Amino acid sequence: MTCLHLLLTLVFAVSLGTPVEIQRPRGVPLTKKQFYEESKPFTCLDGSRTIPFDRVNDDYCDCKDGSDEPGTAACPNGSFHCTNAGYRPMFIPSSRINDGICDCCDTTDEYNSGAKCENTCKELGRKEREVLQKMAEITKEGFLLKQQLIEEAKKGQQEKQSKVTDMQENKKQLDEKVEALRTVKETAEQPEKEAKERHLKAWEEQKAAIRLEKDKAKMAETFLELDDNEDGFVSVSELQSHAELDPDADGTLTEIEAQGLMGGAEQVDTSTFESVWPKIKDKYHSEAEEPAPVETPPDEVKEPVVDNDSEPYPEDDISEEEDEDDEDEDDYHEDDDKVMCLCVVQAQPTIKTPEKTHEDEEAMPPYDADTQALIDAAQKARDDFEEAEKALREMDDQIRNIEKELSFDFGPDAEFTYLYSQCYELTTSEYIYRLCPFNRVSQKPKYGGSETNLGTWGSWSGPENNKYLLMKYEQGTGCWQGPNRSTTVKLTCGKETVVTSTSEPSRCEYLMEFTTPAVCQEPANIDPSPHDHVEL
Amino acid sequence: MAASCDSLLPLVLLLCLSAQAVDRSNFKTCDQSAFCKRQRELKPGQSPYRALLDTLELSNSRLSLQLINDNNKVRLLLELYRLQGNMTRVKINELKPLKPRYEVPDVLLSDPITEALSVVAQDENSLVVSLGGKDQRLILSAQPFRLDIVEGSQVVMSLNSRGLLAFEHLRTRKDTKSESEQAPGQENVEQQTDEDGQIKEDDDKPGMWEETFKSHTDSKPNGPTSISLDFSLPGVEHVYGIPEHADTLKLKNTDGSDPYRLYNLDVFQYELHNPMALYGAVPVLISHSTDRTMGIFWLNAAETWVDISSNTAGKTMFGKILDFVQVSSEAPQTDVRWMSESGIIDVFIMLGPKPADVFTQYASLTGTQSFPPLSALAYHQCRWNYNDQEDVKTVDQGFDEHDIPYDFIWLDIEHADGKRYFTWDPSKFPQPKEMLQGLMDKRRKLVAIVDPHIKVDSGYKIHNEIRSKNFYVKNKDGGDYEGWCWPGNAGYPDFTNPEMRTWWASQFAYDQYEGSMENQYIWNDMNEPSVFNGPEVTMHKDALHGVWEHRDVHNLYGLYVQKATADGLIQRSEGVQRPFVLTRAFFAGSQRYGAVWTGDNAAEWGHLKISIPMCLSLGLVGISFCGADVGGFFKHPSAELLVRWYQAGAYQPFFRAHAHIDTPRREPWLFGPENTALIREAIRQRYALLPYWYQLFYNAHRTGQPVMRPLWVEYPDDFATFSIEDEYLIGKDLLVHPVTDEGATGVTAYLPGKGEVWYDVHTFQKHDGDQSLYIPVTMSSIPVFQRGGSIICRKDRVRRSSSCMENDPYTLYVALGSQGSAEGELYIDDFHTFSFEEAKQFVHRRLSFSANTLSSRNLAPDSQFSTASWIEKIVIFGGSQPSSATLKSADGTESALEFEFDSTLAVLTLRKPGVNAAADWTIVLR
Repeated sequence: MTCLHLLLTLVFAVSLGTPVEIQRPRGVPLTKKQFYEESKPFTCLDGSRTIPFDRVNDDYCDCKDGSDEPGTAACPNGSFHCTNAGYRPMFIPSSRINDGICDCCDTTDEYNSGAKCENTCKELGRKEREVLQKMAEITKEGFLLKQQLIEEAKKGQQEKQSKVTDMQENKKQLDEKVEALRTVKETAEQPEKEAKERHLKAWEEQKAAIRLEKDKAKMAETFLELDDNEDGFVSVSELQSHAELDPDADGTLTEIEAQGLMGGAEQVDTSTFESVWPKIKDKYHSEAEEPAPVETPPDEVKEPVVDNDSEPYPEDDISEEEDEDDEDEDDYHEDDDKVMCLCVVQAQPTIKTPEKTHEDEEAMPPYDADTQALIDAAQKARDDFEEAEKALREMDDQIRNIEKELSFDFGPDAEFTYLYSQCYELTTSEYIYRLCPFNRVSQKPKYGGSETNLGTWGSWSGPENNKYLLMKYEQGTGCWQGPNRSTTVKLTCGKETVVTSTSEPSRCEYLMEFTTPAVCQEPANIDPSPHDHVEL
Repeated sequence: MAASCDSLLPLVLLLCLSAQAVDRSNFKTCDQSAFCKRQRELKPGQSPYRALLDTLELSNSRLSLQLINDNNKVRLLLELYRLQGNMTRVKINELKPLKPRYEVPDVLLSDPITEALSVVAQDENSLVVSLGGKDQRLILSAQPFRLDIVEGSQVVMSLNSRGLLAFEHLRTRKDTKSESEQAPGQENVEQQTDEDGQIKEDDDKPGMWEETFKSHTDSKPNGPTSISLDFSLPGVEHVYGIPEHADTLKLKNTDGSDPYRLYNLDVFQYELHNPMALYGAVPVLISHSTDRTMGIFWLNAAETWVDISSNTAGKTMFGKILDFVQVSSEAPQTDVRWMSESGIIDVFIMLGPKPADVFTQYASLTGTQSFPPLSALAYHQCRWNYNDQEDVKTVDQGFDEHDIPYDFIWLDIEHADGKRYFTWDPSKFPQPKEMLQGLMDKRRKLVAIVDPHIKVDSGYKIHNEIRSKNFYVKNKDGGDYEGWCWPGNAGYPDFTNPEMRTWWASQFAYDQYEGSMENQYIWNDMNEPSVFNGPEVTMHKDALHGVWEHRDVHNLYGLYVQKATADGLIQRSEGVQRPFVLTRAFFAGSQRYGAVWTGDNAAEWGHLKISIPMCLSLGLVGISFCGADVGGFFKHPSAELLVRWYQAGAYQPFFRAHAHIDTPRREPWLFGPENTALIREAIRQRYALLPYWYQLFYNAHRTGQPVMRPLWVEYPDDFATFSIEDEYLIGKDLLVHPVTDEGATGVTAYLPGKGEVWYDVHTFQKHDGDQSLYIPVTMSSIPVFQRGGSIICRKDRVRRSSSCMENDPYTLYVALGSQGSAEGELYIDDFHTFSFEEAKQFVHRRLSFSANTLSSRNLAPDSQFSTASWIEKIVIFGGSQPSSATLKSADGTESALEFEFDSTLAVLTLRKPGVNAAADWTIVLR
């Protein structure tokens, strides 16, 4: 308004129930009253200039620091003091004077705007006292609880410490035991190994003899088969009927080639055939069998064939041979991408497998009693050793776990120790949130669905003067086009340990409020009533 | 708001994880749009059209005659009108179409007022029509048909001079022809025969009767219906307009690229510097040369492509200089060709000749910018999403704690109950009125989003009513059209239906829209319309709006949505309060309904830079209330980019920060105290200048002059200004050069005007016009200059919101021109109702300074308004030290004013005149 001239006002304040009148310009705090003397020119508080006193609060900004207009909105950087008797005094930016919004509970900021403000200071003061009182009670009780927590933590810590010491002692003994058992085991295994090898060797020799017999029989059989005219000789021409024996693999077995195979002779009898046989036995196809469909040697078939044009093998073939080739198949899966599975199936079968099977069927004979006794003894030594080793590992784990726990920063007095390995839940309309302090935070839809990791324990991240007011959990499940989820847990003093709220202020950045006695400060030994009369 | 299937459907989402920018394959090129391809295959040459001069009919204001296509004998009807205000309207339709072709309704304010036409000469091949005064004539040549508008001996514009008039007439489908000929009552078959014989149908070309793009097939029951016409502009090198494109202010030659496309589309993560269509379309092109400014308004709402070809475009700067020196044999010329998929040719040629004349002419056709409530010009805080009531409260308090003003907080789609607009999420916003009341107590406001896609859900009142009233757009088979959008399966109300719009408007009544209050306003997004699973993320062209295909009305849909919403806001207050509605899609005429923004941009320097030409282009075609998301919608801005964007946004008409849901929070105080202070200062500069913005919007509303102007608009003879797009004028008195480069330590600003002076508003330093100037910059502000010769009113007492500043005093900034004089205006009203219009309740004053006398004079003596505001201070730049300053009030009393003079900067400050802002007064300096 144009007429905001003299804005000196009478300020009525209540102090201890006694009204006191103190005259000073509007918006000036008592502490600065001395600079505003009506009888003298006013010097801006920054000393920049001096103006007649009637220009104080005349709704025009003369001082750069705004000090000439404490009671009007004229200066952009001014501030207005409201006494707020019954509540707390405060400063507001002078832009909030007469802006139609009630800022001061004593209504002094809206003296010319038409805003209908009510003095709410008493009410606010009462409420604040109540809140402060309640807070004080909570703090008091919480602090007591905190002392217990500290006690318990200290006790627990000592216990754990001594437990670790004990365990480390026990561990030494276990170490020794393991070493002793290892020696026993190794001693028992040596004779076992030798006996087993003997047994195996005997069996191998036996197998070789049998194989020789078989070869001879096969050779004789072949001779008879080749000797078409049954004259007791295999001739060059008779041999030529077996094109598969062609040494240069050009498809035909020429006379010269056949002769070559026969060591230059025109024909061979049964005894000279013995020298021909080794040259042909690998290639030879019995006339009783069907000719092999593919020439590929069996070893090559086992290579991963990535030839999509080749005919898939008949299904029944595959099923027949699947069992024996299980191992091969598994190897493939480990080495190759899953997209290769089609090719793997194609590569499986081998031609010679059925024959191999026959040989393998001749099982090794059982061990003799002496060998078996050695084996049993060694097995027992092994079992004993492994059991001891397992016990040692478990002991190690236990020690490590306790040491890990001891290594956490559980606060200056270890007051946060009790939160370790606990979890606290909060259910909202959509989710169940779960905070496991020093471990992780997660979120799970209330009506089914999988759990989302909102962050794993990172660090204390409160302000420098008290880092134990905030916990940071990081590197949770990633967000689309965004960061990994993370959670900040804000700790406030409370009697109970409970998650009071969760929110997601920014995409994938969660905020959890958590009360615990562990952050309750020692109550200051002062009157909790508001400082409503400090300056009067 | 983000906007595409890509962000909704997880499957698609996975496929685009690595995509950084727009997926161009989602949108058609000219080659993929059958009609554009057909039309573009037609090369300049002799037109097959011939005017039949013997069919000439001339009434007082209308000239009509028939055109015949000698290739196929189809006849067209040409109508010519002379319109009041130096405009010519050319309409071409089929003489006897098989069925009516769509003519765009509701865009023109009313039937334009015509003026008398007369034929002044005629011979066997031509006709000369007088276009009224000023020696302007229109020459119609019969064979080949063309139109030339001439002034004196100069041709200013030619139509069909390149023979690209092409009008695909409605026809019956060949494979069904025999059938239909047997049908009874087919008298139409012979309608177009004449002495030359039967119509010869063109051969069918691919895409005439059916067109498939990606997985979508357009059934095209009406076959080919496209139209095209070329315009030649002799002497013109610079053309502008036809928004919306993320491209330069000066339109580029499209010879080697796609034409500029106008087809309202929801483009996910749009790219800069290409002619792809975006969210809105205004088919208005402005040409400018030192001789003349003109406009072409192509009134067609179907998919439209515009080819620009300039004979100087390929020349290097050196070549141009050479031409200039040698007086090039070839005069510069720009050719423009418009192609639309359906409808008729209805074109308004605005003949200027000055930029202001073109704006006036266009405003007389489609109306002016709506006059927003003052608060809408203040700062808006938006985010997808403010999560709940508590969040809103916290952010509101954050502004107070950091002493940053704001007027509006915005709620995006998550506020509604399952994206059912007109409702509130019951757990996040259980007490919307409580929230709104809380804001009202702070004299602040809220905007909630209401999109036009309606969740198909039998438990949703809005859906049930629209369905039962049969208000939904129909699919080609007659059922309710359904598509995917935010709520999942959704219907699209037929906003082209006036009954539907009336019903929609009624839904904003306080008793209908539960939880709403008078300080809640509305935002219409996704109104292209966006259909996630539709062709090009929009509606199928064969969907039906009554008898018309979506093809015909597409670009108009968004305008109707905003219109119906704005009507709703007016009606809920019984016509008292001015509405505020923001829209993403728009068309010619959308300026009448509120504000637009440039859609889903990104937190990149390039996007900050392009916001200037994008809003300038909109301003040239009537839409002044434009802004870009401050900070960028997608991605996370660096603190520097954010600060620079606030500084730029504070000087753009619509000033709103917005962010995608997946970005970290970015309220102004989250970037450290230094950046908070910088952002606070930028926003405060905006608030201090609100009186100037308000006065410019009043002016835009009254006269159609843009608020944000390219330099050439005010300096039309200065060739150097014609391509400038990194700085601009607000009104004519403030020149702004935003800083749009990372790490910039200075900018080169061009100050126009020979013999003029400019004052840096931050340092008060004076600079001469007509020069390029290197201005060092720090992070504290961007260069802003006040024109010498202007007076700008500010309210330097910045408060929490603009409403709080309602009664605050004004400071006048008088920047003396080289002649020692200055002029300005002051406009005041109640800032939010229609009383200024309906009851003439406003103050409009002329402030002028000359011969050492500053006075305030009433510009609207028949208006009435009393204001509590007064004149607090007067700052005069460029003056000398007086010995006295005397204030003379209206009642004749005189009083001496105190003053201070800063001799180094020549700034004179008059202390506290104290006169009421609505009063007459004079101050004399001696």
